[in-house]
Amino acid sequence: MVSRYDFSRTFEIKGRDFNKAGSISINIKEILKELGIDQGIVRRAAIASYEAEMNIVMYANKGEMTLRLNPEVIRITLEDEGPGIENIEIAMQEGYTTATDEIREMGFGAGMGLPNIKKNADIFELKSTVGKGTSYNIVFYLNSKGDV
Amino acid sequence: MRVCPTQAIRIRNGKATILEEKCIDCGECITICPNEAIVALTDPLGERSKFKYTVAIPSPALYAQFGRSILPDKILTGLKKIGFDDAHDLAITCGDTSLAIEHFLDEYNGPKPLISNCCPSVVNLIQVRYPQLVDHIIPIKLPKRLAAKEIKEKKSKELGLKLDEIGTFYITPCPVKMIAIKQPSSEECYIDGVISIADIYAPLLSVLECEDEDDYRKSLESVCILGIGWAVAGGMHRTQKLKNILDVSGITEIIKTFDDIERGKLQNIDLVVAYTCPQGCVGGSLTVENRYISYNKIIQLLETLEEENIEACRDKREIRERYHQKYFHLQQKYEPRPIRALDEDLGKAIEKRNKKEKIYDSLPKIDCGICGAPTCLTFAEDVVRGDTRLSDCIFNVPSRFKELTGELSKLMDTFDSMRKDEGRKPGRERRRENL
Repeated sequence: MVSRYDFSRTFEIKGRDFNKAGSISINIKEILKELGIDQGIVRRAAIASYEAEMNIVMYANKGEMTLRLNPEVIRITLEDEGPGIENIEIAMQEGYTTATDEIREMGFGAGMGLPNIKKNADIFELKSTVGKGTSYNIVFYLNSKGDV
Repeated sequence: MRVCPTQAIRIRNGKATILEEKCIDCGECITICPNEAIVALTDPLGERSKFKYTVAIPSPALYAQFGRSILPDKILTGLKKIGFDDAHDLAITCGDTSLAIEHFLDEYNGPKPLISNCCPSVVNLIQVRYPQLVDHIIPIKLPKRLAAKEIKEKKSKELGLKLDEIGTFYITPCPVKMIAIKQPSSEECYIDGVISIADIYAPLLSVLECEDEDDYRKSLESVCILGIGWAVAGGMHRTQKLKNILDVSGITEIIKTFDDIERGKLQNIDLVVAYTCPQGCVGGSLTVENRYISYNKIIQLLETLEEENIEACRDKREIRERYHQKYFHLQQKYEPRPIRALDEDLGKAIEKRNKKEKIYDSLPKIDCGICGAPTCLTFAEDVVRGDTRLSDCIFNVPSRFKELTGELSKLMDTFDSMRKDEGRKPGRERRRENL
């Protein structure tokens, strides 16, 4: 994995703050557009970062999202302090959700978040400790897919 | 300057200028500017003398500018009285287009939701800020263009005139429709001139007559219910069979909605109909009547038509046939025109982005606007793009400013202490005298 990044920016995410929910992924999208990143990649990154941001808003107390990039790769990492995920394999299945009725009534929590990140990212890694929190590592390649 | 939703206005050398590549022609600045520094370039009525035969094509928003008893056909008659040889009811063409859109949605199985192209400013916004969404724009021709072409062809046959001897004039509620027409585009355009509702209001008002009872019924029966709704946000939704339509109006609300679409939400919606002017075209910056009142007029007219079961649209089978002959389809796709990146080379762009952040951090972040940019953030961007100098920020002559204030405060201190010293001596003496 590339270790040197020319650009790095960290955003804080508040849990349960539905008022501001989604604003950080918009921020990230705007930065990528300004840099002239390919529109298709911008869109995939926007979707993935939005889904991850919403997961933290919905389930965790608080978290952080960091955008790093260099001319080869975009890396978005998230860390949260939250309940953690018991079984990552099951959580990655489409339609699986632990959202409360309240959240689902707001139109979130359809169980598509994690699968959607996976679908859009070139690499998606998820690590979690129950009772402590979850960390996401989401990567997009900027040149030809796959070679690092 | 600050009202611009895409931060396209800069004050340079004391004058407001518009950065063309960022402007979406929404007209917000025209509505708000107290000095009328920005005006829309519409044509004066005199332009008509260039043509042998002239036809007015009023936006349905014109129908909402006058009293409730004045129905569309009276307004069309009025237009003829003020010198047009003919006036075309655009609502009818809007109605045709509504039906074409219905057919298009029936066949469509691309990415959802589709976005209506009825507001050119929305199309511009997508091309500039949401280039990924251009494929969502409905590729159906705009009613006014269809109408202008149809009229020219029909009249030239009837009257034996050449196409360019017939002048078609669109009567517009907003500057964008005028710009969309005036700017050359790859699609053929048969509209020769654009006149603002505001300019035509006074002459038209003086010739309008109220309807009497018998006339009223007849007039009402000529109103095309499918087309009249185009003038207001939600109008198309109300009159069409399609149920899964989202109506949005006002630029900030549109931006929120498009952000959602770009994140992959709203895929269960068939069509988003968005107007940058609040309440729809009746809220355009070149209209006269209060937008809420004119909105109400259109809605009440729609209600009356619904109650009376009046449709007055063209034959649906004929429209279907035309649709299948691709009469309504745009020949060209909408192309994205995304905002210029900070640099073509990604490495350099990243460098510039970092520099921008550094500059921004050094700015006062009060968006005072004295530098000529609407916000400190846009100013920082202008600096890294090389469009302006850092010293244009009056706060960011920081070292010089500090130096000056430092010197000044030193001077003030010495002056102060001098005054105190001088003041004290006689004061004390005086007090002693009093004792």
